[in-house]
Amino acid sequence: MSKPLEGILVVDFSQFLSAPSASLRLADLGARVIKIEQPITGDSTRELYFSNLVMNGESSMFHAINRNKESYQANMKEVSDREKVYKLIAKADVVMHNFRPGVAEKLGISFEAVKAINSQIVYAELSGYGKEGVWKDRPGLDLMLQSISGLTTLNGNEGAGPVPIGLAVIDILSGAHLCQGILACLYRKLNAQVGGRVEVSMLESAIEYQFESITAFFTDGGQPTVRAKTNSAHAYLGAPYGVYPTQNGFIALAMGQIPFLGELLNCEELKVFTEVESWFTQRDEIKDILGKHLQTKDTTDWLAVLEPADIWCAEIMDWKTLFDTEAFKILDMIQEVNMGDGFSYKTTRCPIQINGALLKSEIGSPMKGEHTSKIKEEFSL
Amino acid sequence: MLPLKGIKVLEFAQFMAGPSAGLKMADLGAQVIKVERPGTGEAGRNIAIKNLYIDESSMVFHTANRNKQSYAANLKDAVDIEKVKQLIAQADVMTHNFRPGVMEKIGLDYDTVKAINPRIIYGVVSGYGSKGPWAKKPGQDLLIQSLTGFNHLSGNADDNPTPSGLATSDIFTGVHLVQGILAALIDRTKTGKGSIVEVSLLESTLDIQFELITTYLNNGQKQPQRAKKGNAHAFLAAPYGVYKTKDGYISIALTPLNILTKAMEIELPSIYADKNTWFTHRDEIMELLAGYFIKESTDTWMDIFEALDLKCAPVYNYEQLLNHDGYKVLQMDQEVETSDHIKMRTTRCPIHIDGQKLFSRKSAPKPGEDNEAIEKEFKLN
Repeated sequence: MSKPLEGILVVDFSQFLSAPSASLRLADLGARVIKIEQPITGDSTRELYFSNLVMNGESSMFHAINRNKESYQANMKEVSDREKVYKLIAKADVVMHNFRPGVAEKLGISFEAVKAINSQIVYAELSGYGKEGVWKDRPGLDLMLQSISGLTTLNGNEGAGPVPIGLAVIDILSGAHLCQGILACLYRKLNAQVGGRVEVSMLESAIEYQFESITAFFTDGGQPTVRAKTNSAHAYLGAPYGVYPTQNGFIALAMGQIPFLGELLNCEELKVFTEVESWFTQRDEIKDILGKHLQTKDTTDWLAVLEPADIWCAEIMDWKTLFDTEAFKILDMIQEVNMGDGFSYKTTRCPIQINGALLKSEIGSPMKGEHTSKIKEEFSL
Repeated sequence: MLPLKGIKVLEFAQFMAGPSAGLKMADLGAQVIKVERPGTGEAGRNIAIKNLYIDESSMVFHTANRNKQSYAANLKDAVDIEKVKQLIAQADVMTHNFRPGVMEKIGLDYDTVKAINPRIIYGVVSGYGSKGPWAKKPGQDLLIQSLTGFNHLSGNADDNPTPSGLATSDIFTGVHLVQGILAALIDRTKTGKGSIVEVSLLESTLDIQFELITTYLNNGQKQPQRAKKGNAHAFLAAPYGVYKTKDGYISIALTPLNILTKAMEIELPSIYADKNTWFTHRDEIMELLAGYFIKESTDTWMDIFEALDLKCAPVYNYEQLLNHDGYKVLQMDQEVETSDHIKMRTTRCPIHIDGQKLFSRKSAPKPGEDNEAIEKEFKLN
């Protein structure tokens, strides 16, 4: 099957996770992505380790983010290297970076400079906080953006203090938004023969992520965010929404009329909450009752009662439990990829299916500068 | 010219994932028409947080469905379905999130739609994919977070599994749907043919964990271990985390421990000279740091760290964020207004195109509000 972005050339100056996750998606959709890496160290993520795990000399994070890409090393501060990259840019459809404001200008790849080389380019940039204002020069790291954007006030129980989401959710979301903007401008480029400029910031992405709760804050006159005291899963939703311990594990309950739940679960105390509003206004009390009651039986016992009644509920699984299920196996979500030196590793595939086909690729991450000479030759740089 | 100008999208999708995709396409310039049941409209109109409503429809609905039109049609009525098919014949994209089998019954499955309009992009959101033992189970945000191991990443070591307190699975699935649809539109420009694009909450929620799952798969399937206190990432070494100060909280992102302790004027015990200990002894190190952070205010620490460009941030709630100059300069919120002149303040699209922020004053429509205009524009009879 041919992939939708076949023939699209992406020149990617970005590092870390945010924008590189966008170019990974473009690659999986069929684009050719050339990573421009700085001399010596390359993308700094190569040495940013998770759990001290070293895979073929580099971090698992780098290998996950940069598979299906090529690597070209260049010193953009040197004229001769820069001229070569300019020739590559002349042939490209997309140029992208995530430098702090001002750096792209110094490296000779500002929007104006790139547009002068290639007037139909889609130029995409990702920053931490936008290009204006008091925060613009601050480093833009995921946890910092979670912390200032109010996101840490939504998770966990009241009284727990701020609870961040334990992965780089803002990096990934801002990268996904960058990818959306690039694709929209590529569509326009192909139809109207014009280039475009896409700008995304982690802060704006973090705010849009919370569009429900921030709109609630505007609508309710700015009342503080209050999480449930126990079993919290959403600061702005009533009971039963939450995660509850059972006798042998945990169960998530998303929706359900409280008195009906009382009946199903054989819990008399819940039957008195007949007012719908009370499920929000008295959620701590309800959750407390429900929490104690659910600890009296195993998860499967409760699921056997709740699922046939079409109550939205689920067992809490870890990766091992999930990966052993038929439902996971049938997704064919894990793929093995191979590096140029023969090293292979397992990772997830692109989550989008087009025309019934999975978007897989066997190409692993590139070694630093692995494709420099090949690209020089191919593009006569 | 907005990049998706001229694109016509029919949204049969309900709740959050599908409609959030429609919203993004609308903000990027597409004409998005919700096809809803007459009278009550889509089911998401009654999903409320904090019991907040704007008119007959909830604030949540208004947040995800602004900038769209509504066409009311009874999909079980022969006359109505004929008109809907005429709409489909003229549309570029349609989306739905019915459980497998429902569109077949209605007679708007992909094969039927493709016969009407071979150029259409047919977007489908499901909970768990179209096959397998879970295919017909209800797919809901919290349930999917619970099943995918995601809840084992946030919160502290002794906490219950901790979901993110917002609709993370829905939001990312919607984002991926847009990516797939836009890629298919690009493909159509080259081939003249439409496509079916499928995403699921399950695959999308695994995708956002791609770095961590890759680490898990290549590291002897070691389960994530959250930090004992101040956890912000199960796989990252100290000092990454959240710390209580004299008057609030501060978060420390990727900062080498020796550089942080030097800035804090702490003598780093020699047992932590080896960088590997920063992960293996994370809890002890974080506890040691916590003893110092509590002694000064957040501002005092920030003054010291900012001067050194260290990657750290204060922790804000919505009131602190939304009143900050760093937020205000973004112009990230906007006012929308219904046809009854009810106003609501909400967020805007986070993507800038050609140097422009994308604002739109158009609110969510009432069910069937645009029937007359649409019947005229598309010449339905």
